[in-house]
Amino acid sequence: MIDIGNLAFSYRGRGPDASFKFGMRVEAFAVPQGASTALVGPSGSGKTTLLGLIAGTLRADSGSINVNDQTITDFSDGELGRFRIRNVGQVFQAFELLSYLTITENVMLPWYISGDGSRTHARERAADLLRGVGLASKLGVRPGELSQGEQQRVAVCRAMLNDPPLLLADEPTGNLDRENKHMVVDLLMEQARRNSSTLLMVTHDESLLAEFDTVLDMRQISQPLGGGARG
Amino acid sequence: MSGALFLGWRYLAHHRFKSAILVASITLMLFLPVATRLLVEDSATALTARADRTPLILGARGSELELVLNTLYFHAETPAEIENRAFVEAQSTGLAEFIPIHSRFHAQGAPIVGTSLDYFDFRGLSVANGRQMGLLGECVIGARTAARLGLAPGESIVSSPETVFDIAGVYPLKMKIAGVLAPSGTADDDAVFVDVRTAWIIQGLGHGHADLAEPEAGAAVLSRRDDVITANASLTQFAEITAENISAFHFHGADETFPLTSIIVVPSDQKSAALLRGRYQDSEVLQLVVPGSVLDDLLETVFAVQNYVILGLTILSLAAAAVITLVFLLSQQLRQGEFHTLLRIGASRGYVSVLIASEIGFVVFISASLAAALTLVTRYYAMQILQTFLTL
Repeated sequence: MIDIGNLAFSYRGRGPDASFKFGMRVEAFAVPQGASTALVGPSGSGKTTLLGLIAGTLRADSGSINVNDQTITDFSDGELGRFRIRNVGQVFQAFELLSYLTITENVMLPWYISGDGSRTHARERAADLLRGVGLASKLGVRPGELSQGEQQRVAVCRAMLNDPPLLLADEPTGNLDRENKHMVVDLLMEQARRNSSTLLMVTHDESLLAEFDTVLDMRQISQPLGGGARG
Repeated sequence: MSGALFLGWRYLAHHRFKSAILVASITLMLFLPVATRLLVEDSATALTARADRTPLILGARGSELELVLNTLYFHAETPAEIENRAFVEAQSTGLAEFIPIHSRFHAQGAPIVGTSLDYFDFRGLSVANGRQMGLLGECVIGARTAARLGLAPGESIVSSPETVFDIAGVYPLKMKIAGVLAPSGTADDDAVFVDVRTAWIIQGLGHGHADLAEPEAGAAVLSRRDDVITANASLTQFAEITAENISAFHFHGADETFPLTSIIVVPSDQKSAALLRGRYQDSEVLQLVVPGSVLDDLLETVFAVQNYVILGLTILSLAAAAVITLVFLLSQQLRQGEFHTLLRIGASRGYVSVLIASEIGFVVFISASLAAALTLVTRYYAMQILQTFLTL
């Protein structure tokens, strides 16, 4: 589960963005283990920032974030990296697949980073995941040869390689057509359900909200401290 | 961290054209200055080694370098000739062993070297196939020439006229190959060795033809007066020396006036060497040179030029390195998104650094390996290239 306690975060831009300032305070809230939660709110309300804080890619100024009984706000950078690779699966709006790797190797990326377990096992697991999303015939192709919907399916498989207890998705349907949107959300839901993973997904698409257990509105759980966030 | 190495390798393999250009640039940056230095050093070593094994050379006054290069490498630029008289007089001193050299003509691209059997002992050359030359008109050939022309003992090789329009009497001579020398890795491998008298026949100083005293020569005889018989141009000269016609070969004139291009001088001791140098110091027609010293003068110039070349190449390499670094940094800038993805998934900054370092490492390693291989290949062929240059 995710347990947030009075989180404060501020950011000041650097270089050309020096005039950019952003801050937000998030009230305490919790997401139960295995639940699927949609995170909604207007652009600049801090949805992506909150996801970054929970994933440990951003650091809060104060407050606490507890994921499955681990207080990640106390972690060092190294511990956060290890925490992320083992406990968090992330899906991004722009897929963020590496163009020079095959889709199987892209799915294996968390293994290439952590080196946990055997390579053979990681490869078989990646192939199984890809077969499960209908890409059995394309295991050796590169992302550039796939449609956008297929690329996002590969990104979901990458997020699932280590069976993470927490799945974070930042507008994963933002670049997809209607048909692919539902396919990707269904896929995320199915994968989360199969592993009893907690799913937290940022979305602007109201047509998808009905599929989630809970909907969290940023306007209700956070207050801006000035400026505007990105996403 | 093996995952980072794999990703680095995959990135380079995927962008193979870009990687190949990078590798080629760095390979040349490493290869050119190193190869230049090694080639010059190897060439200098090879040049001086043969020169150092040749104590003194006696030849006509003029270019010392031409004299040395012609004697050591049978270089095509023939120095001014000396008379065989110089050889006879030098021998009479008893101060050294004297080996005549007549290096002026060619046979199918190989220099013909007229000399004595002492040359083979002096250079430590042995016959690998066949036997040593023994008769007028016979030759022994170097290993490389034998391989290049596919020749073996018992076969023949024909001398080439100096020019196409050489109608003055220097006819091609068909020489019988008595033996093939064992490879020595020197200029001797490219040569065709004949007795110095055979070289004189090639030069037209001796020849063989039908006996004018015989009735069969009647048509060619213009006049007979006492012992003097004058023949016309219809008298056919033999183009090959055989067992049947060898007795018909003869020389016109005194052999003391016949030419040599140089004489290799091997003094008995230092005192003899000093006496010989004194003997020829004031000669107006002859000079006695120390080949090592002559080549040292040449090499001083070569090394000076080499230093400028290496300096230029180093400056070019530094400029190329700066451009490559700039291209690499720009590439890293363009890949910030990829690195950010890795960090977001869980990679540490150290992991990303290893990934970047592995790519640099692979490129540098492959470039260095290629540069080393190229250097080895160049060094392997360097002596042959040098040999070709010297015999041109």
